[in-house]
Amino acid sequence: MGKKEMSTYHRPFPNTWWLKRKPYVLFMIRELTSVFVAGYCIFLLVFVYKLTQGADVYGNFIDALKSPSSVALHLIALAFVLYHTITWFNLTPKILVLYKGEERIPQGLVAGTFYAGWIVVSVIVALFVLGM
Amino acid sequence: MAETMKLEIFRYHPEKDNEPTFQTYEVPFLEDWVILDAINYIKDEIDGTLSYRWSCQMGVCGSCGMMINGVPKLSCAVFLKDYYPDKIRVEPLTGFPVERDLIFQMDDFMTKLTEIQPYIIRNKDEEKPLDKGEYLQTPAELARFKPYSMCINCMLCYAACPVYALDSTFIGPAAIALGQRYNMDSRDHGRDARQELIASHEGIWECTFVGECSAVCPKDVDPAAAIQRAKVSSTIDWFKDVLIPWGKKK
Repeated sequence: MGKKEMSTYHRPFPNTWWLKRKPYVLFMIRELTSVFVAGYCIFLLVFVYKLTQGADVYGNFIDALKSPSSVALHLIALAFVLYHTITWFNLTPKILVLYKGEERIPQGLVAGTFYAGWIVVSVIVALFVLGM
Repeated sequence: MAETMKLEIFRYHPEKDNEPTFQTYEVPFLEDWVILDAINYIKDEIDGTLSYRWSCQMGVCGSCGMMINGVPKLSCAVFLKDYYPDKIRVEPLTGFPVERDLIFQMDDFMTKLTEIQPYIIRNKDEEKPLDKGEYLQTPAELARFKPYSMCINCMLCYAACPVYALDSTFIGPAAIALGQRYNMDSRDHGRDARQELIASHEGIWECTFVGECSAVCPKDVDPAAAIQRAKVSSTIDWFKDVLIPWGKKK
């Protein structure tokens, strides 16, 4: 008797796969936030460029940034960048696996170090800005 | 029959079906029953044509992986009571071709598992004769790779991975984690041999770090971490090659 090729059924995998479970939705948001991180990096480069163009150009640029639409965009970007930062810090201990002898250094401690660094840098920046 | 529960099970018989269907079965609800108990009840008492894989019934063999309400789980490790009184939908693991009912084809995974060379590879000149005894390892050296060695090849991680479902050329979580398990073993010299596959486009770089492979792993292997760590070490390799071309290649 000849061996018959077994026919298998290939289930479709729709493009909406990520809507089916919450972890996938959160993952897609995390991926989307990187667009805002990249966008804001470009904005900062433009910012520095304007600074090189003299006081007038820079002054106009700063005025434009005070418009309601600009403030709204900044708030949206802030929310996405915060989400990106928090998810990234939470993932870091998975990649940064450190041992002390046989004992693995707790993941919370690794992530905590990043959060502590973030707070310290934020406080320094805040003091610098407010102190001006 | 006192309390009952309904299970909606994926059915596909290649000799007569072109498309799968779902069949609903009513089973007794018992506090201490896992989903596999209910499926065994269906097979024994209601419908002997239902096909599925199972063996140890204690979360060790890795045979009874199924999609339970869309989440990959070992059916011997989830209780009916966690879903009671709702209907439970049972499907074969996502991402694999279905052979019959809940049985999926695992050939692709088996091939990848072989390709990753999940065994200790020694440099020929560093192999010592048997009478010289075993290769010793400190508890600290063991701790480095032990979590990755707990894999039972249940393939839940593949079913949780959208990358694998979209592109089955991806080597996938369990195979890469097992490769890492040997790469991190102090007795092993096979990293270069595995690296060609691990650092290929179908290897670690296909992974987008969804992280669900680790979330569904019944043995806490954390394949997502294994893949990201392999990305870090492969990147270091690349920098060493580019920045120190005269340096000794590892």
